[in-house]
Amino acid sequence: MTPSTPNPPRDASNWAQPVDKLKVGSISADAVNLNVEGKHLTGPLKGFGQMWQKTYWVRLSGSNVTPAEVIKVWKAEFPNFWPRGNQFYAPLTSIQPGEVAVLNLAGPGGVTGPGGAPVISTGVMVIYADDVSFSFMTPEGHILAGMITFSAHEEDACTVAQVQALIRAYDPLFELTFRLGIGHKTEDDFWQAALRSLAARFGVNGYPQQRTTLVDPRVQWSQAKNIWHNAGIRTALYMPVMLAKKVFRR
Amino acid sequence: MPNPTVTMTVREAGGNAKIIDIHGEVSAQAENVLMDAYTQASATGARAILLNFAGLEYMNSSGIGLLVTLLIRANRQRQKLLAVGLSEHYQHIFELTRLNEAIRIFANEAEALATLVS
Repeated sequence: MTPSTPNPPRDASNWAQPVDKLKVGSISADAVNLNVEGKHLTGPLKGFGQMWQKTYWVRLSGSNVTPAEVIKVWKAEFPNFWPRGNQFYAPLTSIQPGEVAVLNLAGPGGVTGPGGAPVISTGVMVIYADDVSFSFMTPEGHILAGMITFSAHEEDACTVAQVQALIRAYDPLFELTFRLGIGHKTEDDFWQAALRSLAARFGVNGYPQQRTTLVDPRVQWSQAKNIWHNAGIRTALYMPVMLAKKVFRR
Repeated sequence: MPNPTVTMTVREAGGNAKIIDIHGEVSAQAENVLMDAYTQASATGARAILLNFAGLEYMNSSGIGLLVTLLIRANRQRQKLLAVGLSEHYQHIFELTRLNEAIRIFANEAEALATLVS
């Protein structure tokens, strides 16, 4: 059935193994760990909304850093580049294929819940990583069903750091935020801020640029049921429990 | 961006289907080569396209992204997209990324073409 291959392919160690359900490893006790454990991965084909390809990039002009050096730092210090109010909790300090991370996300404009609680708790799985790129895929309930790739390459003798997302809004509610422009603005602001922080790490005052392509204008009504897993709704419902836990822990 | 290290050739499969033989590396650099091959395969109104991965040597996550966008293009043209010649490793990647739920995987061309006929 399967063609025989004499040697393992060059990319064999770069890919995660397929998983049925996500399992979160040991992460910081500060994390609000919801909507990840036991969820399936989704991918860009499983969302509800229009499919977009969004590419953000920043030129690290004036820095002698190589693409591999950029990715090494990006992997090792990934959470540090996130905009204020957003947290990335990974079980390990670096990005490895198969690793599952919990995300505690702020709302538009960095707004958080009471006591700094996340507006959305969700996660990602690292599906691929090599010396010059790494990729995440999202689980059920995440705002976006898709894949996001972080990479660096050389262009005109300058190293360029790039984020490329191939995404659909996961459910009708999240799609509504995109149709109203809030979702797009939040997403764009997020990655532009992350790229500015990354550039600053290398001493560059970077100006991120962006290209947005509508890959599929249609919505997938067959996926409207995804709203059952909506991580925003589930995080909000959990909020009273979270606050009670905080009070009783004092 | 470096030059693509992939070649794709299009051939007839009969029954209004075309086969794209993929040799080399499928990464972001393969975009133009893949889309050109798809355009060539679709030029005469093929209703099904078989991607033959038997010569695939390397694929990264950008390569998976290319296959997703190709699938969307094929769906909009009401074409079926099928895969043959995937090694066990690449079948796992299709499974991980859930591409296997949208692109049917067959052991060989004959099996894939038989499905189209039936």
